[in-house]
Amino acid sequence: MTGVIAQMTEALQFAFVQRAVIAGCFISVGCSFLGVFLVLRRFSLIGDGLAHVSFATVAIALLLHAQPVIVSIPLVTLASLVILQLKEKAQVYGDAAIGLVSSFGIALGVIIASTAGGFNVDLFSYLFGNILSVSRLEVWITGVISILVVLVTLLFYHDLFAITFDEDYAQVSGIKVKAVNRILIILTSFIVVLGIKIVGTMLVSSLIILPAVTALQVTKSFRTTIAAAGICAILSVIIGIFASYLLNYPSGATIVMVNFVLFIVMLAINKLKMC
Amino acid sequence: MPMSLIETKKVSVRYGSIEALSQVSFVIDEGNYVGIIGPNGSGKTSLIKALLGLVGFEGEIFFQGKRLSEFRQTKHIGYLPQKLSFLDQRFPATAREIVVSGVYCCKKFPKHLTKKDDKAAERAMEVLGIESLSHRLIGKLSGGQQQRVLLARALVHNPRLLILDEPTVALDPQSREAFYATLSELNKKHGVTILFISHDVGAIGAHASKLLYLDRSLVFYGSFKEFCQSKTMTDYFKEGQHFICHRHDDRGTSL
Repeated sequence: MTGVIAQMTEALQFAFVQRAVIAGCFISVGCSFLGVFLVLRRFSLIGDGLAHVSFATVAIALLLHAQPVIVSIPLVTLASLVILQLKEKAQVYGDAAIGLVSSFGIALGVIIASTAGGFNVDLFSYLFGNILSVSRLEVWITGVISILVVLVTLLFYHDLFAITFDEDYAQVSGIKVKAVNRILIILTSFIVVLGIKIVGTMLVSSLIILPAVTALQVTKSFRTTIAAAGICAILSVIIGIFASYLLNYPSGATIVMVNFVLFIVMLAINKLKMC
Repeated sequence: MPMSLIETKKVSVRYGSIEALSQVSFVIDEGNYVGIIGPNGSGKTSLIKALLGLVGFEGEIFFQGKRLSEFRQTKHIGYLPQKLSFLDQRFPATAREIVVSGVYCCKKFPKHLTKKDDKAAERAMEVLGIESLSHRLIGKLSGGQQQRVLLARALVHNPRLLILDEPTVALDPQSREAFYATLSELNKKHGVTILFISHDVGAIGAHASKLLYLDRSLVFYGSFKEFCQSKTMTDYFKEGQHFICHRHDDRGTSL
């Protein structure tokens, strides 16, 4: 045990580990806050769909020799609004709208990669992410956007709660349901783009879904659900980063596995309580 | 003379090519207690949704003399939807969190709850006898308790108009009577105007002051006594069925 702590302390001396922990905590809190609302609204797979779109936007950024985060944020946001429009205006089912846009994203990414060539290795590194390679600039971008996401979520907390529980009643209460839905979806696109650096496009939706469903196992109220999701997310990132460092495992996948283990533990505790 | 609270003029609701409601006109005065009946698919919920601004409609709706599009004082309206149609039994909110969300209609962005709001929630829960359920999760409550929580949410901001969509569907007979007694008290003591959908004509006869019968268009609108004496009632219950219209006043005297 002492050896593990010594190794963790040693790991924290490295700037890249410090950056990973800071960026990871920021993103995980943003993901978990939004995740509670998305999971309860049966819209959590939007994270997966937008991550697939970000595969194409990263390809575009690499093609243009631009910063992937800067290119991806507006394009993924646009894709999220297209999903919402398809659901609301074209009467396409929510999951089908996500599937439609996400498959388009993957197909576009593959075509760009195969046509342009030369950056396949870079592009495919975004499939599984690498939090330990987060740059100083990316930490700043992540910090600013994550704080923005958390602040906006807190500002709209009551509106989001009302819409999540009962959309019709929220509308009768004078809440601008469509506008708040758009804000939620735009924040989700921001956080998904940031998340692909950490766990990659294949796993980013787990940062949204897992802390929320874990928190739902032990919840006592809506506020505690949000808080518990945030704590689970931070714990998973910190434990995941150190575990991946110590065991030499891929960081993104390790974070997701820790998240999953936390979920199983909470599920077991919940079931035991009910017995 | 009572003031008109709601007035509809030739209101029609369409879903694509289907006309759910056609040319419905009526007036509800302040303090009325109106029960809406009609067969399935007769446009009852569509009428309520049009009144609440949840669906588009043709014609005109006035609240206190103002067109619905200009009427932004949602704080005067309390709404109790059909509980079973939306309630997620795993939703992680306490009864109190749900009740207090009823005050959101009186709040401007960014919404901030005060001690006064907490007190209002406590009072609404006390009125409905559910104060002991305050910290229980909504999904862990019985159907009747859930319905009372949602009614408390609709009442927490002291609305002048209460709209209820089949409020007693999930209730057992005892809870149903208690629920109607609460509504009667709100109507008589606090002057709340009530508009509710029900398939229970007996309950409407026992509690409501007026009955509105819809079958895609307005078939009947008047007092329960008038309904009992009309041919509409025979049509509603079909030939060969017998319905006893029997009502008591506050002292129990048969009318």
